[in-house]
Amino acid sequence: MPSSFALACHNRGRTFQCHGDVHHMTQSLNANIPKQSIALSIKINGTRYEREIAPTATLLDVIRDELGLTGTKKGCDMGGCGACTVLVTGRRIASCLALAASFGGADVTTIEGIGTADRLHPLQDAFIRHDALQCGYCTPGQILSAIALLAEGPLSIDDIREGMSGNLCRCGAHANIVAAIAEVGGL
Amino acid sequence: MSSASFNYIRAAELTDALARGERAGAAYLAGGTDLLPLWKASLTAPQEVIDISHLPLATITRSGDALTIGATARLSDIAAHPEVKAHYPLVCDGILASASGQVRNVATMGGNLLQRTRCPYFRDAGLACNKRDPGSGCGTRHGENRHAVLFGGSPGCVATHPSDLAVALAALDARIVVSSASGERELALSELYPLPGETTAPDSSLRPGEMITVIRMLNAARFANHATYLKIRDRASFEFAVVSVAAALRIADGAIAEARLAAGGVAPLPWRLEKSEAALIGRAPTEHAFAEAGALAIEGARPLEGNAFKIPLLRNAVIRALQTAGGQS
Repeated sequence: MPSSFALACHNRGRTFQCHGDVHHMTQSLNANIPKQSIALSIKINGTRYEREIAPTATLLDVIRDELGLTGTKKGCDMGGCGACTVLVTGRRIASCLALAASFGGADVTTIEGIGTADRLHPLQDAFIRHDALQCGYCTPGQILSAIALLAEGPLSIDDIREGMSGNLCRCGAHANIVAAIAEVGGL
Repeated sequence: MSSASFNYIRAAELTDALARGERAGAAYLAGGTDLLPLWKASLTAPQEVIDISHLPLATITRSGDALTIGATARLSDIAAHPEVKAHYPLVCDGILASASGQVRNVATMGGNLLQRTRCPYFRDAGLACNKRDPGSGCGTRHGENRHAVLFGGSPGCVATHPSDLAVALAALDARIVVSSASGERELALSELYPLPGETTAPDSSLRPGEMITVIRMLNAARFANHATYLKIRDRASFEFAVVSVAAALRIADGAIAEARLAAGGVAPLPWRLEKSEAALIGRAPTEHAFAEAGALAIEGARPLEGNAFKIPLLRNAVIRALQTAGGQS
C-alpha cells in the first residue's frame, strides 16, 4: 500500500510519521508478532469447511478468496454498502466487518445457497420482474438483506425503505428493489 | 487495508480476557464493527485482539425497577426485547436510529458506547488530530467543522461523540459496571466520557484493561409513557446525527413532575440539558414551557465557523422532542 501522503501510524501508543511505503513500515513494526494461523471450521450453505486462516482475515475475504464463493461482493469494505451481506443463523450481517476467526462454528448462508437458476428464490424472481437491478453487483447483498428483513417481522413500505438502508445500489434501482421486496412481503 | 497483523484470542473466561486485556497492545473485540474499520484504515494497530463476543455477557434482565443489559448484547436483540420495548422505549428508539440492520445485528451495547468519533480529521491518518495523535493539533477547529461541538470542546479537540444510544441512556441516568483484573467499579455513564484537554482528547475514562460488562438503569421505566428520541441527520437513515435529542418526561396531574433531556451531535459526550430540565418542572406540558426549555438548551453554546446552524437546530429539536414526548399518553 504505497502512499504519497504523510501518514501517522500507531503501535503500542507510539506515533510514527512516515512517507511512502506503509506496508514495509507496518511489517517491521509488527516483526515481533509471530505469524498466527487460526483453524477455522465454518458451515456455509450447509457444507462444512475447514481452513487455516490469518487472524486478521474478514469473513468476506475467507468466503471469496479461501472458499471461492464469489457471489458475495466486496464494495466499500467498510460496512457502508451492504454488497457483502450474508446471513449468520438467519441474521444479516456485513461480512466485511466480521472477523472470520470470531465466526468459527457459525452457520452462514451466502447467495450461492439461495435458489438455483431453475428454481429461483421468490425474491430473485421478483427482482428480475421488477427490474430491481442494472449492473447486479449489489444484488446478492440486496437479496440476502431482504430475506432477513422479511423474516424480522411485519413491514410497511417505509419499514422496507428504512430496513434496506444498509444496502446501496449505485445504479439507483432502489425504488424497484423496494417494490420487489414489498411484493414478496405481501404488501 | 492495513498490513499490520495481530494475534487473535477467543476468550473462554472473563477472568482470562481481563488478565490479557491489561497487556500493552491488547484490544477487546465484541462486534468489531468499529474496531475493524479503524484497523483497516491503519488508525489502530492492536497486537492482540481478545474476542469477548462468546463470553456470557449478553443477558438482558428486568428485576423490579432495574434493567440490566450485558455489554455484549447485540443492539438488534436489545431493541427487539419485549421488556425493553414495553418499559424503555427510548432505548429502542436510540438503537433503531443507529446504523443499519446489518450493523445492529452484530454491534454490541458496550462497543456502541466506546465507538470512536466520526470526526473526519480523526478518521484520516494524514490529518492533525489530538485524539488520535496527542500533540499533533486539531485540524477541525480551523478546518471543515460543520460537524463539530457546540459544548464541551477545548482548543485541542472539538469532536462529537457519535452514539445515539448513549444519548438515550444519558437521559435515563444509566450507570455502567466496569470490570478489570483487580475488580469492578460502577460509574455514571457521563463519567465514562472525559472532556478534552489542550493537547489530548481521550475517548473514555477507562483504564488499560478495563472492560464495560454491564449497563444498568434504575427506575427508568417511569418515563415509558412520555419519551422520544429525535435525530436530525443529513439523510433519513444510516447516518450519524447532526443534532439529536432524547426527551423523557413524567407527567402527573397535568404537570411535568420530572424531565430528562440529553443532546447528541453537539458535545464530546451526551450533553444533558439541565437548565431546560429544571425549567420544565411543575409546568403544564405546553408550547410555552417547551419554547422556554428550547431557549435554555442553547445557552452557553460556542459555535465554530461552520456549525452555528446547529444552535437553532438544537433549540428547535428540543422543542419538537418535547412536543412528541409531552403529547404521548
